[in-house]
Amino acid sequence: MAETHNLQDLQHQAAVASKVYVQRDYNSGTICRFQTKFPSELESRVDRQQFEETMQTLNNLYAEAEKIGGKSYLEGCLACMTAYTIFLCMETHYEKVLKKIARFIKEQNEKIYAPLGLLLTDPIERGLRVVEITIFEDRSIGSGR
Amino acid sequence: MSAVMMTRKVRKWEKLPGKNTFCCDGRVMMARQKGVFYLTLFLIVGTCSLFFAFECPYLAIHLSPAIPVFAILLFFFVMAMLLRTSFSDPGVLLRALPEEATFIEMEIEATNGNVPAGQRPPPRIRNVQINGQIVKLKYCYTCKIFRPPRASHCSICDNCVDRFDHHCPWVGNCVGKRNYRYFYLFTLSLSLLTIYIFTFNIVHVVMRSVNSGFVKTLQDTPGTVLEVLVCFFTLWSVVGLTGFHTYLISLNQTTNEDIKGSWSGKNRVQNPYSHKNIINNCCEVLCGPAYPSVLDRRGLMRDDLPVPTSAAEPATNSNPVPQTTKTTAPLIPNEHTPDDAKPSIADSAIAQAEKRSPSPREEKMPSLPKSPPTPTKVPPLASPETDAEASIIAKVKAL
Repeated sequence: MAETHNLQDLQHQAAVASKVYVQRDYNSGTICRFQTKFPSELESRVDRQQFEETMQTLNNLYAEAEKIGGKSYLEGCLACMTAYTIFLCMETHYEKVLKKIARFIKEQNEKIYAPLGLLLTDPIERGLRVVEITIFEDRSIGSGR
Repeated sequence: MSAVMMTRKVRKWEKLPGKNTFCCDGRVMMARQKGVFYLTLFLIVGTCSLFFAFECPYLAIHLSPAIPVFAILLFFFVMAMLLRTSFSDPGVLLRALPEEATFIEMEIEATNGNVPAGQRPPPRIRNVQINGQIVKLKYCYTCKIFRPPRASHCSICDNCVDRFDHHCPWVGNCVGKRNYRYFYLFTLSLSLLTIYIFTFNIVHVVMRSVNSGFVKTLQDTPGTVLEVLVCFFTLWSVVGLTGFHTYLISLNQTTNEDIKGSWSGKNRVQNPYSHKNIINNCCEVLCGPAYPSVLDRRGLMRDDLPVPTSAAEPATNSNPVPQTTKTTAPLIPNEHTPDDAKPSIADSAIAQAEKRSPSPREEKMPSLPKSPPTPTKVPPLASPETDAEASIIAKVKAL
């Protein structure tokens, strides 16, 4: 796809300066939630509010995936009655939301972060442990700001 | 195009660290030792075959044809749950890539501040507050991550597993977040199946004895004796295990936490994960969302993908080498590790040794000191499973 080709070009042209890792926030328990605290390394790169908005939306999406309510009970009971064979043909609710999250991150990268020389990595590629933000040196890209 | 055809596509499961066995091109994931799992399969399939061969024809005619039908359904459910537990990813956590490991190291050093020469840096623990309770997150030296709450490192599989319950040799896999409900349903349905077969064996023998006499009945259907023996012994263990896990689920605890006495109530420590309501706890554990596997076993390896720190060699099925000793990062304790860091390392080694217990329903292990005052008070461990543990024990004993 043209968009990913541009991102790969970005990676090849600009050297990787450093990586910042946003850790998980366990204050609400074991649910998947990332810290919204603004990392100091990004001070000069991106707007604080924009970043916090991205993280909050990401957290909301994960909360939607892990929500325990009527829908998850129904899915669980139906799956149990079929001895969980239904998961061989059907996608789970969590997997559907993960695809939504992948699309969201791609869109955020294209619209906001790539022009600033940053790249967000989907947390699922890091085991849902961290949000990895790669900071590229502003070499071939003209002054973005 | 010819160059592409010559290079074999490598899937990610082939490069995963840890001591797991993978089958069906990464679709199946199990522990390395599978002997006891085959025994489980043999016992279940064998006993049910005898039941279908000897009891069912008689009972279908003289009582009801629904009896073998229900037995078949129950048998299929038990097998489905067993295979689902054994073959699925229990919730293995991905190890940290080199850059992430370095980042965490730097954070730890920043938190500890400048330690003057000769003084010991504090152990690697992070404190988080969950529902008003302080929970300590320990650092895993093998996986180079701070373990999430309720995660634990299984020394048999050499992986950190999320919501680690125990390593079960009967199913040949760890029991963790992703397969705990299948494990519970397996024990529950197996209890029902055992009770069912036992009951109808008795009924069958009684009904036949009324007509032919007890001894002749046993001679006609020799399988019955074998079935009754197997069911009798299975009944006590499996029903007990089901009861134990029902108790754990109602309190939203794991076997690992129960054995360690994490939420036993000492020092007003309470389980921060419990909803304080049995029904809510059961619903969360049994009917919660189906968590995805983060391992992506069947994804294709890309050339530019970084490899986790401890994968010095590709992990193969047949003879994987314990890879923890090949890391170059100075995180595995050696003669340069300050003494104060060693108790916490020894502590994690002890905790790993605890997890080797195959039957977690046995009496609680003697409470080991959480942070021994001096390393020499560490109780001797059984034969170490990994080279890492061996090196840790050697260093501790050398003190």
